[in-house]
Amino acid sequence: MAAARNEPLPFHPLLALLAGCLLAAAPHAPRLPWWVTLLAAAMLGWRAWAQWKNEILPRRWLLMVLVIVGLGGVYLTYRTIFGRDAGVTLLVLFLALKLLETRTHRDAVVVTFLCYFLALTNFFYSQTVLTAALMLATVLVLTAALVAFNGPRRPLRESARVAAMLIAQAVPVMVIMFFLFPRVTGPLWGLPADAFSGTTGLSDSMTPGNISLLSQSDAIAFRARFEEQAPDRRRLYWRGPVFWHFDGRTWRAGDVRVSEFAEFEPRGQPLFYSVTLEPHERNWLFALDIPAKVPPGAGATGDFQLLARLPVRSRVRYDTSSFLDYRATGGATPHELEAARQVPDDFNPRAVTLAQSWRREVMTNERIVSRGIEYFRRANLQYTLAPRPLGRDSVDEFLFETKSGFCEHFSSAFAFMMRAAGVPARIVTGYQGGEVNPIDGYLVVRQSDAHAWVEVWTAQDGWLRVDPTAVAVPIRVEAGLAAAVPRTDPLPLLGRVELTWLRALRFNWEAFANYWNQWVVGYNTERQRDLLSRLGMPSPSWEKMALALFWLVGLVVAVFSLWLLRRAHGEDPVTVAWRRFCRKLARRGTARRPHEGPRSFAARAAREQPHAAADVAEIGVLYVSVRYGRDPDPSLIGLLRQRVRELKV
Amino acid sequence: MRLQALLQRSELFQFWRLFSGRAAPEAGPVTLSQRRVYILPTRHGYTFGLALVLMLTGSINYQLSLGYILTFLLGGVGVVSILHTFRNLAHIAVSAGRVEPAFAGGTVRCHLHYDNPTSFDRVSIEARCGAARAVCDVPAHGVGTVVLTLPAERRGWFRVPRVTIETHYPVGLLRAWSYVLPDASTLVYPKPEEAALPPPAATPDRGDAALAGTGNDDYWGLRPYQPSDSPRHIAWKAAARGETLLTKVFVGLGAFELWLDWNALPGVAGVEQRLSLLTHQVLAAEEANLPYGLRLPGRELGPGLGERHRDDCLKALALFDGGRA
Repeated sequence: MAAARNEPLPFHPLLALLAGCLLAAAPHAPRLPWWVTLLAAAMLGWRAWAQWKNEILPRRWLLMVLVIVGLGGVYLTYRTIFGRDAGVTLLVLFLALKLLETRTHRDAVVVTFLCYFLALTNFFYSQTVLTAALMLATVLVLTAALVAFNGPRRPLRESARVAAMLIAQAVPVMVIMFFLFPRVTGPLWGLPADAFSGTTGLSDSMTPGNISLLSQSDAIAFRARFEEQAPDRRRLYWRGPVFWHFDGRTWRAGDVRVSEFAEFEPRGQPLFYSVTLEPHERNWLFALDIPAKVPPGAGATGDFQLLARLPVRSRVRYDTSSFLDYRATGGATPHELEAARQVPDDFNPRAVTLAQSWRREVMTNERIVSRGIEYFRRANLQYTLAPRPLGRDSVDEFLFETKSGFCEHFSSAFAFMMRAAGVPARIVTGYQGGEVNPIDGYLVVRQSDAHAWVEVWTAQDGWLRVDPTAVAVPIRVEAGLAAAVPRTDPLPLLGRVELTWLRALRFNWEAFANYWNQWVVGYNTERQRDLLSRLGMPSPSWEKMALALFWLVGLVVAVFSLWLLRRAHGEDPVTVAWRRFCRKLARRGTARRPHEGPRSFAARAAREQPHAAADVAEIGVLYVSVRYGRDPDPSLIGLLRQRVRELKV
Repeated sequence: MRLQALLQRSELFQFWRLFSGRAAPEAGPVTLSQRRVYILPTRHGYTFGLALVLMLTGSINYQLSLGYILTFLLGGVGVVSILHTFRNLAHIAVSAGRVEPAFAGGTVRCHLHYDNPTSFDRVSIEARCGAARAVCDVPAHGVGTVVLTLPAERRGWFRVPRVTIETHYPVGLLRAWSYVLPDASTLVYPKPEEAALPPPAATPDRGDAALAGTGNDDYWGLRPYQPSDSPRHIAWKAAARGETLLTKVFVGLGAFELWLDWNALPGVAGVEQRLSLLTHQVLAAEEANLPYGLRLPGRELGPGLGERHRDDCLKALALFDGGRA
């Protein structure tokens, strides 16, 4: 309140404000440099202590010193003071410093607004349901502090109640604005380089070991929703990056360029589905082998990859379709076939010898492939998440010595042997399988479903998929990772089959999280257009949305004001009934004069309206006894209202 | 003609009348009806709006859906707080209570009563009048009272000026206010200025003609005793007889008369200064419990003693217009 502006800040509201600051800043703590966390916590504590003990706040020169130290420290840590992380760090520091010079009402309000802003920055890092709940609590506490500063004579509990009520009433406005505010795609200006970091996913190269690391992650890679029944999990090969070049240790993509979609002969019916892909910082869009439709904003490659034009930095949803049965004849120019036969010199001599013996024994590619598959089936290879490290000749060591490995070992070895035998082969990575969430019907594919397989070229079948892992360890593809690995291997907790109750819980939670992702976090331009046209706004333009927004918010405000302001003055039924009585008589020419009390007015009205004299007189008596009588019978109020309602003059 | 009538009924016209103080003072409780409660954002409200624009820009740029939600939620809080701020003020009945007289240069204490006829509490209702401010809460179906301390600049009648009743509750983003011109006034007495009391002996040439004929200490009769009577005048003989206490009344208390005389202030030039000196003398005489009279050009009060007499004298001094009336 204005009068309090220059007085010392009240204790309880300030406490609420400090709690709000803590809630807004705490989720940042693990991400901040440790000294910032310590410094901010110390300053927050200092401010609370100063308020508690009624100590004076630090002088301005000390704050200036802290500002300079903070700026310098942030610069030394991040090598910049701009960008997302440095910006958030500075915001936390300055908020803590501002608290130390918060003396007046005005300062407190500024701190509250800063905290609102800080709460928003948490969404840079996480937009989960939990984050949202935490931020809601933060906003509640901050708003309660704001209310408490404006009504310092009220108990804090009362301020919290008012804040909760304000927020509850703000929800309809928020919902309307959220769904109708025209969404703009893409950044308005260049994003700082550190805007997105720390996401997991497949890599653009494959070295034995990196997929098995990924397999220990429960994180969701993407979700898919099929228009009809999801296919059997054995057929779910989600195609990702394709690797052509092998240097003896690492497989790389080679030269990837967006071109015409390679040709293939579809067999059977296409399968329609949509994919909601988690951000993974790369351009790959995953689709079932073989994708038949390129989503908007994406391109295709000669080896059947789908590539988004920009790296996938936020959750995207795309509709696509695939043919599970096909004959992939495209992408097989002589140049490409040559590239698919490349082998590094002087690597894996035993494997090369074996492969060349196959080439001598059987002449055709088809037969060599069959030999290779047969070999893998009988080689007694073990599937493990914790393969032993391999030396220079990784294929030799895997095939003839350790005999245990993960999908990248299997596929790398198979592709290498095919190439050594002169059969064009390439590695395809992606995901295999997925799990249908029975709650919402979405197929969930996790990082632990990451997989690698091989495609070989035969004149008869074109590019033919061979999954050496499935050949050697069929259960991996039939029942999933958990069934395939030995029990002693580290598995993601939720991947274990025996914890059924935990899985049920997880299904529920993830279904909810998926709704959240689809409708809240993933609500974008396309979703908006989709929703609005379904709600009967054909081809929604931003003008139409703005108009609808305006009218709907106006309607909500009108309803609220009717409700709030009606309650403001019409709460006393006796007065309402009496006013109505006076209005009725006034229409018949008997208006109450300002000086007339109820008794004299009723007497005069009874005289002037003789045909209703008895009723008017009764109402007059009733009113006087209800209004001025000692302990009036509450039922008389109902009677009064009824008589007034029935009065005919 | 009709346009003018229409204009006079319009809200803007009412606002202007109240704002400029041209409206007639309203007697009795003034209900702040919805039509006379105005609302606009405060400076904090504009800052909040700016913060929301920044938050929205950030949300668009970084594609933060939850950022949109947070921004819109806070925007919604801003929108509904318009209604709550408005509601916090509307339908309160304001009435001016006691206005205590004061001396020029001092302060007038003006009591304002709020009556809240509704079923919800009103919080942080602030009355402002010039630099004076007073805040209070008004409980549901209850009353609240504040005292505005207004500067009393000049002597004479003091009319309480236009009072702004306002509130920023609940979030301080908006200010709802209304103007009230209460029909309340009080007297501002001249500023007392240190002056010695004149000698009690009455100078013969200024004796009251009506009393001049009667001798000093002439016994005139008895009347019932009053607490302010001097013990020397009590009829002790009568008291000894067991009768009630009686006071002897003398005609022409000349010897004890204290006349505070406009013309008995030699060497004082200004009217206001004379009034100030006389005011002080009135107060001093009252304090010393000496019966006194006040002589102003064209007016004479007293002699007498007591609060009522004092107030009469002070009123005469406050409203003194140079003796032309």
